[in-house]
Amino acid sequence: MSAPYSPSRGTTEGRVFNVSGGGDWDSVFAGDPLHEERLVVNMGPQHPSTHGVLRLVLEIEGETVTDARLVVGYLHTGIEKNLEFRTWTQGSTFVTRCDYLAPIFNETVYCMAVEKLLGAVVPKRAELIRVLMMEINRISSHWVWLATGGMELGALTAMTNGFRARERCLDILELVTGLRMNHAYVRVGGVAQDLPENAIPKIRDWIKEMDKEVHGVDRLLRGQPIWVNRLKGVGWIGVEGCLALGLTGPMLRAAGLPWDMRKTEPYLGYETYDFDVPTDDAGDCWSRFVVKVAEMRESLRIISQVLERLEQTPGPVMVDDPKIAWPAQLSIGPDGMGNSPAHVNKIMNSSMESLIHHFKLVTEGFRVPAGQVYTAVEGPRGELGAHAVSDGGTRPYRVHLREPSFINLQATATMSIGGQIADVIASVASLDPVMGGCDR
Amino acid sequence: MTSPEDREVELAKIEGALPTSTERAGMFGVTGSGDTSGFSGLQRQPWVELPSERPYGSYFDEVVDALAAAYPSLDDALLKVVVDRGELTLHLRREHLFAVAKTLRDDASLRFELLSSVSGVDYLAREGADGTRLHSVYHLTSMTYRRRIRLEVAVTDADPHVPSVTPIYPTADWQERETWDLFGIVYDGHPALTRILMPDDWEGHPQRKDYPLGGVDVEYKGGASIPPPDERRVYR
Repeated sequence: MSAPYSPSRGTTEGRVFNVSGGGDWDSVFAGDPLHEERLVVNMGPQHPSTHGVLRLVLEIEGETVTDARLVVGYLHTGIEKNLEFRTWTQGSTFVTRCDYLAPIFNETVYCMAVEKLLGAVVPKRAELIRVLMMEINRISSHWVWLATGGMELGALTAMTNGFRARERCLDILELVTGLRMNHAYVRVGGVAQDLPENAIPKIRDWIKEMDKEVHGVDRLLRGQPIWVNRLKGVGWIGVEGCLALGLTGPMLRAAGLPWDMRKTEPYLGYETYDFDVPTDDAGDCWSRFVVKVAEMRESLRIISQVLERLEQTPGPVMVDDPKIAWPAQLSIGPDGMGNSPAHVNKIMNSSMESLIHHFKLVTEGFRVPAGQVYTAVEGPRGELGAHAVSDGGTRPYRVHLREPSFINLQATATMSIGGQIADVIASVASLDPVMGGCDR
Repeated sequence: MTSPEDREVELAKIEGALPTSTERAGMFGVTGSGDTSGFSGLQRQPWVELPSERPYGSYFDEVVDALAAAYPSLDDALLKVVVDRGELTLHLRREHLFAVAKTLRDDASLRFELLSSVSGVDYLAREGADGTRLHSVYHLTSMTYRRRIRLEVAVTDADPHVPSVTPIYPTADWQERETWDLFGIVYDGHPALTRILMPDDWEGHPQRKDYPLGGVDVEYKGGASIPPPDERRVYR
């Protein structure tokens, strides 16, 4: 039995623990006279280029990384535990806060899981809106990846341009959902409200703007020698490595396997859209850059097609089952967003039964037949899955999110060891981890 | 106002009554369903997971047959096969988990290359006759055949040992650490089974059902307050 992982000592104030893996540095050095030059460097958890509160413990010799360990969990907020104490509908509000750059994806995969448990089929228009919102969200998430990744490698114009473009995406998300982030827009049974009237023309304008912005990335970065040199041949990981480590999404496609669940296991009618799955074969940071930029273009193609269909598909955006559907559509009033005035008028003035029904559904929630399901969608970072278990009650018994940020970060050591310390930054940036998702 | 002790006793009563009964307790002193809206006409289904019988449908028969051919002692390994909502679940004895997972990954007619997810569920409310409550759940994906299956292994609180699948699927590394951290399932053979989301010196396993959520009263103007979420009225 070796020394305990977290040694502790008694003080007058109580017991003090030496935590988080720092306590064994002596054993790291012990009995290794050949590597006197070895340094252990702590990067993070507050280093600007570690994407939030990620901590890297690197062993370096000169500029070469000989070992890399990751410490996560600084942003653990117990979202999965909290879900078990709220109704199924309130779950949307929690999961949206996991991966805060891809909130619509979290909500959609959670709602798809609950709908599968219920056996509910969402209306066509709600499906279209979900696809629309997810693709807009994918683009906004990729912009943040480009902006933060660019900043970390010193390409500050990529940062300013990326955040500018992302702001335009958030404008659209705000127009539709009322919020820039943490939307809670996708609800079990459909979506919280229909698109506002001016949404479709605004999104058309936005598509033109995004076309220009994506083109700008090509002009700014694709031939830029520093950018190319920092990315090419860095952070390599092949298809076998990806599968072993569970890497999916752009990481896997950049290694050459065209695995995109929108094509391979279509959901929400993705099989009916005309789009390509961009791949590259080098498996390095450069390939990931190429794949993600191409993905933004493909998302714009999907969005154009959704808009056409939305114009021809009127109808409800919430399942036609009053025992599941939220009793009212939301609308914007003088004091912000809330239940529509017509609904409030009905339950307060004319229909006692509607009031009781509203009250029961909102406070008690609906019951979900017992069982377990797993659903998955293609998130911006890879397979985003939801494992939901119901005991037949009004609250989730257990919900687990398969977060691609969490899984993908395991590849950091593989990509970094043997490389330069500066390349660790490029590798982590290409993984595009979001610690809110990783730690949940 | 009830004192915290009273509330705890009340809560324990509610919790104790949960698993099998539909009785409610809470505010207003309501007995029976207390429902006047007809809303509870939606009866709660009994919570049992019955083994499925052949034919399982979809590709499930093919997968189970291929597994039986590649892994001769499958009869011994399988506790039950459940097909529910278009998903196949194989409940396994833990001694066989490692070998079955290896067969599922390597056999040419199975080829489950990707371990999508490892997580735990604490079935405290539906504990098995042998005391098994902690379930380790694996979601496997076959990219070759575009199939998904679920493996499930159940252990008791007293003997929470499950063989680690990290040597077969390295992606299980952090996920098994997470499940150890939050559920206290011990993965034998894992290279470094330490806590990952909670602090290293944390006591207990927070996602277990007998671990309280915790929280404080939310206070409002004028002295009003509402209890934390796990102490509020529950509807079951």
